[in-house]
Amino acid sequence: MDAITMNLLKEVADLDALPTGAYNLRANGKGAGRNTTANIDIVTKEDKPGIDIIIKPGTKKESVHIPVIISETGLKDLVYNDFYIGEDADVVIIAGCGIHNCGGSLSQHDGIHTFHVGKNAKLRYVEKHYGEGDGLGKQVMNPTTVVYLEEGAVMEMETTQIAGIDDTIRTTKGEIKAGGSLVVKEKIMTTGDQKAITNFEVDLNGEGSAANLISRSVAKDHSRQEFNSDIRGNAPCAGHSECDAIIMDQGWVGASPKLTAAHIDAALIHEAAIGKIAGEQLDKLMTLGLSREEAEEQIINGFLS
Amino acid sequence: MLEIKHLSYKVEDGSEILQDINLTIQERFVAITGPNGGGKSTLAKLIAGLYEPTEGQILFDGNDITHMSITERARLGISYAFQQPVRLKGLKVSDMLRLAAGKEKKNVDYCGYLSEVGLCAKDYINREINASLSGGELKRIEIAMALARSTQLTIFDEPEAGIDLWSFQNLIHVFEKMYEETRGSIMIISHQERILNIADRIIVLKDGHLAQSGSRDEVLPELLGTTKEACDILLGKMGGTK
Repeated sequence: MDAITMNLLKEVADLDALPTGAYNLRANGKGAGRNTTANIDIVTKEDKPGIDIIIKPGTKKESVHIPVIISETGLKDLVYNDFYIGEDADVVIIAGCGIHNCGGSLSQHDGIHTFHVGKNAKLRYVEKHYGEGDGLGKQVMNPTTVVYLEEGAVMEMETTQIAGIDDTIRTTKGEIKAGGSLVVKEKIMTTGDQKAITNFEVDLNGEGSAANLISRSVAKDHSRQEFNSDIRGNAPCAGHSECDAIIMDQGWVGASPKLTAAHIDAALIHEAAIGKIAGEQLDKLMTLGLSREEAEEQIINGFLS
Repeated sequence: MLEIKHLSYKVEDGSEILQDINLTIQERFVAITGPNGGGKSTLAKLIAGLYEPTEGQILFDGNDITHMSITERARLGISYAFQQPVRLKGLKVSDMLRLAAGKEKKNVDYCGYLSEVGLCAKDYINREINASLSGGELKRIEIAMALARSTQLTIFDEPEAGIDLWSFQNLIHVFEKMYEETRGSIMIISHQERILNIADRIIVLKDGHLAQSGSRDEVLPELLGTTKEACDILLGKMGGTK
């Protein structure tokens, strides 16, 4: 692996070398390495680009890394990854996409990830998007995540986009059966002229199902962000969404939370707050000896931690 | 240590919150008291740099700090524990204590600072400074941060506010210990007799003016409505001793 690939791997998956356990590395639109285990199989799709990741029922304490690296300028990559998590499994999946674009053309990665999480299975899914480049070409990523949770299945998704992605539309859809629970934690920071749109749609279809969407974002410079969510309670369920944004410079943030209750025992809550860093927060950190810039950095790092 | 010359502070509507305050403070434990709205917190904020005076001068160890930023004053050795502590989403108690202790300090004694203020480090060190903490808990963390800074001058703005009286009795020893163990000075804005009782000097601010300033023995009896003469007469009649 070259230095650029290594650096991108470090950024998106915190890896210094190829991971242990199951993994599939995709680089510049092609497979670049794969490992399977007794419980986790990875199969290349035949009808379209992408892979199927099949995790056997009862698999515990295993992880799958599926990083995607793009270092060729002008490459547009579209990939469909389907995940089948067996009943009672308890696993971690680490995805991430890193683009290094030093040319003048647009580089784009659109990943469509579909999760079928079996009964009482537990999944932690971590994805990180990162772009870098010294050219004029844009880095674009449009991740789509579709989640089907069976009875009692639990999925926690952490998604982070802190730097370097010029345009992004991030779509997450979920359908949750009885006793299932989906938690989504999203962290976004946009700078310069970047644009980020987040769309959440979750259907709570079974008794005791739950969804918790937590979005924290920072919009700096002239960047724009949009947050749209719709939690639909179709059964006795609990839905909560929370959108907190810090706006700086000439940033722009729009939040459109929507709740739809179609059952009398659907308990749905939305919280949204957009604002600049409070003056008293800066004052407090400055009384500890930090400069204004250091104080801002601490507040943003903490907010997005 | 601290010299305040003709200090005034006017707000936008023209009302004067502080008028021509003159003070020279050498004592290591000073309590500022007086009725609400008298200008106590304003004076503290002017010293810490959160407000800039409309007139006058503040000298700290001979340095003119009147127009210095909050950061510059903090780095010179002034700490300010807020009356209403600020919440900071995402920052943890450990982060704040580490920032307070300073970059150069490698091993921060989180446990020590927190147990001083009556909090169990194990339960609090990873808590976020957010709405899940009560006002009293935030207040104790605010005091722990001042301990971690351990600067030449620490200003506490009504440390008793938001803390129940029983717990506050236990917190008094924090100030006493700070007084004994550090070489720094303490300035406390307080209405608590127990605090006034351990101060070297008491300053009374009323309606933006300096109403009284002197040693504890001079000021406290008058504040409590028990002048020395009154006490002597009372003790004499009852055959007690002073």
